[in-house]
Amino acid sequence: MSADEMHGQDTSAEEKQLRAVWSNPSGWRYWTSVNNTEVGLWYGSTAFAFMLFAGLLGLLVRAQLAVPENDLLSAEFYNQVYTLHGTVMMFLFAVPIFEAVAIFLLPSMLGARELPFPRLGAFGFWSFLIGGVFVCGSIFFNAAPNAGWFMYPPLATSEQAGIGADIWLLGLSFIEVASLAAAVELIVGIMKCRAPGMRVNIMPLFAWYLLIVAGMILFAFPPLIAGDLLFEMQRMFDWPFFDPERGGDPLLWQHLFWIFGHPEVYIIFLPAIALLAMIIPTFAGRPIVGYSWIVLAAVGTGFLSFGLWVHHMFATGLPQISLAFFSAASEAVAIPTGVQIFVFVATMLAGRVVFSIPMLFAMGGIAIFVMGGLTGVMVALVPFDWQAHDTYFVVAHLHYVLIGGMLFPVFAGLYYYYPLIDGKHMSERVGRFAFWMMFVGFNITFFPMHIAGLRGMPRRVFTYPGDLGWDWLNLMSTMGAVVLGIGMFAVVVDVTLHRRRQPRGEVNPWNAGTLEWISEPEEKWGMRSIPRITSRYPLWHQKGLAEEVKRGDWYLPHAREGRRETLVTSVLDAEPEQVLRVGGTSYITIISAVTLGIVFVALTFKWWMVSLVSGVAFLVAILYWLWTGTGHIPEKEEKDVGRGLSLPLYASGVKSVGWWAMFITMVGDGTAFGSLVFGYFFFWTIHQDFTGGLSGPGVFWPMMALGLFAAAWAATVGAREVNRRGYVGLARALIVIGAVSALAGCGAALAGPWTSGMDPTAHVYPAIVWVLVIWTAVHGAVGVIMQVYCLARSLAGRMTPRHDMEIRNVALYWHFTLVTALITFGVVGLFPEAL
Amino acid sequence: MWHLLPREIESLWTLFTAPVIWALHFLFCYIGAAIFCEKPDFLGLSFNNLRVAIGIITVPALIMILVSATLAWRQWEFGTDDPPHDDPSRRDRLLFQGYATLLLSGLSFVAVIFTALPALFITECIR
Repeated sequence: MSADEMHGQDTSAEEKQLRAVWSNPSGWRYWTSVNNTEVGLWYGSTAFAFMLFAGLLGLLVRAQLAVPENDLLSAEFYNQVYTLHGTVMMFLFAVPIFEAVAIFLLPSMLGARELPFPRLGAFGFWSFLIGGVFVCGSIFFNAAPNAGWFMYPPLATSEQAGIGADIWLLGLSFIEVASLAAAVELIVGIMKCRAPGMRVNIMPLFAWYLLIVAGMILFAFPPLIAGDLLFEMQRMFDWPFFDPERGGDPLLWQHLFWIFGHPEVYIIFLPAIALLAMIIPTFAGRPIVGYSWIVLAAVGTGFLSFGLWVHHMFATGLPQISLAFFSAASEAVAIPTGVQIFVFVATMLAGRVVFSIPMLFAMGGIAIFVMGGLTGVMVALVPFDWQAHDTYFVVAHLHYVLIGGMLFPVFAGLYYYYPLIDGKHMSERVGRFAFWMMFVGFNITFFPMHIAGLRGMPRRVFTYPGDLGWDWLNLMSTMGAVVLGIGMFAVVVDVTLHRRRQPRGEVNPWNAGTLEWISEPEEKWGMRSIPRITSRYPLWHQKGLAEEVKRGDWYLPHAREGRRETLVTSVLDAEPEQVLRVGGTSYITIISAVTLGIVFVALTFKWWMVSLVSGVAFLVAILYWLWTGTGHIPEKEEKDVGRGLSLPLYASGVKSVGWWAMFITMVGDGTAFGSLVFGYFFFWTIHQDFTGGLSGPGVFWPMMALGLFAAAWAATVGAREVNRRGYVGLARALIVIGAVSALAGCGAALAGPWTSGMDPTAHVYPAIVWVLVIWTAVHGAVGVIMQVYCLARSLAGRMTPRHDMEIRNVALYWHFTLVTALITFGVVGLFPEAL
Repeated sequence: MWHLLPREIESLWTLFTAPVIWALHFLFCYIGAAIFCEKPDFLGLSFNNLRVAIGIITVPALIMILVSATLAWRQWEFGTDDPPHDDPSRRDRLLFQGYATLLLSGLSFVAVIFTALPALFITECIR
């Protein structure tokens, strides 16, 4: 046998094993897959289905408004329809679709086999599905939320809001958890799992955008979670956070909602623009012009978008100087946004553009978005906003922004990336028809709304009289909506029916240059082998790369130990650091999502016992997941990944992806906590005496609690250090001391407001103190569970001085908890004394 | 040994310095105005003091952004090389980071001025 033949046999055996390791189960067990292409596809299809559902609701709205004095829908049902339309489009389509696209595309774009936490991705998807069905399903029981997609109190805290408000709050909180999970997954994936050599100056722009967006999610979603918590405490237990009669203020909700809500617009917009940043260079046939400018725009928009939230509140009577700060920031954000548009135009001018279907959608989207951006500059001006506030002008503006800035680019992405799903192409003819129907239909629908709005038509009215000059504008909008609907329907038909008859075509029909086009749709391993990247457009500039990768010439071409593996590289220069073993197929993701889902659903209906039992089941599921799926001690220290490179199989502390995931999660958690503290000081600001003359928790118990939390922190950090030095017994003892102190600290924390007889339903002051203290105590309790987990791992021999990622991650958790305790007890204990 | 700033400038964080300064400046203006207008007796100072304070705080904010820009300009080797900085080398990666940081400093500089401008024109807590 010649050397070549031997090599051939080797690679074919290698390939077989790799395929087996990455294969999905068959039959109904298919649904336990965690592979990123599967999860991404399910995620995307589900989000699309929700979009179509919400689109139908939008058509119902248009049907009702087609003629004056219409009685097609009742006022109550109309309220449910438009509330759900907005809610579903924003929470169940716009944000999740980008998570879906990212989970589907990112690994192959970065040259990774998988994202670092595939099971977390699957868990996120199942949570999203359950929460989404729950929220959408409510309308069939006449129980949908009906107070507008931003749920303003006092309307939404009133009895009129019914159970719909609870469904909104709890269903969406559940989905927000999924979004945070996706953010963790994406940040760690982009920073640590890029192919060797893919330095930050040559990573795909899509990854740059997604990194920024995931970071924004981390700071934008937690304020809403905090707001949901306060809101639900008021609805369930009558804690008066938004009730002015007992010291509360409905404006606090508006602040928390829009601190989330405005960045969210950019969280939606940036990933869609990221798709354009991948598509436009391909069809211009040249690298993007102004790569660094795009990074400037993404980072700049990411930051500035957090200084815009009050521009939704211009009409609430805040001091004019406050409004002016936000107006200024709203104008400033137009700069980076404009930069992106110019970069795209410049790239098109510098290349030779091929007007394919993705390009049509991309350019149509840009045209629509620019128009929405211009009306955005108008409504960012306070005096104009006072005229246009809550009119159809704003409805027109937001649809121009969202449909131009998000829906059209997503359709461009669908047409562009479709061949990666199964090698088939979408129909050119249908695509052209769909684009023109959508583009024309969209403008006929939404352009007249500018005029209707300027003529004074308010948002959210279920009907209107015929003599105000709004009737023909509305009829036009409705006709346009039908045209838009036909266009979308054509795409749905193309995706579901037409493609089955299509033959399999080329996988890279556009001659695109980025790495994701190397992937083979029928293979589940992501990359046959992981190449070294030396260009922003490796398929254009690294000749023969695709063949080398597919032959298995590059890194990690095998799975000899039968484990799913991918490479971990350094943040800036992407130098290989570790072979990461990722989780495979499992039921535990579904079980965890279902049990957590039941907790939220049961809370909606106030089934306390069900909720409690399910909560315990969720905890057990998570512990089982962690115990069996993480922190394995590998059978050897290092592994040969080919080409003479050998990498460690285990990492802990800063070098491990788990540590980063904990860090990122706790940053998000800290933001939610910060929002509650914001609430405390908000109430202090608006009241002459914010305690309402009621007694506080005193100084003794808060300081006691702080001391005990500090002791728990010190013991945990000490345990980490002595364990590292090999004193395992001492480490275990310290963990026990830490857990006992933490438990005592939780008790002392609650004793403060308890012994002072603070009644949270009496006034907002005791309520906000209780919330802060409970938040901290819950973190202490979770910390105890973590400490006990570490102890068990140590006793079971699964955590050793060398393999210590558990205690390192838990110590990190305790750093954050210590800061939480410092702030909480400092604020509730000392601040009232200082006044 | 512990350092306030990491000794090697090789970090992704330098990119965010200027926008973080913008954010802190913005928060100072917003919180200052909110407390001044909601609790006029708390500090016992007139609104003009707030306007002056915003003016004063804007100076160090702009200077810090300029420092960040200068460091970035140096990292970019004073523009001796033109973009796109897409070589697979450490040097090009550093040039890219320097250039992007410089651009962000420019944006942040403008944004800080935008934020401070209202204090120039608005003279009282009218609603």
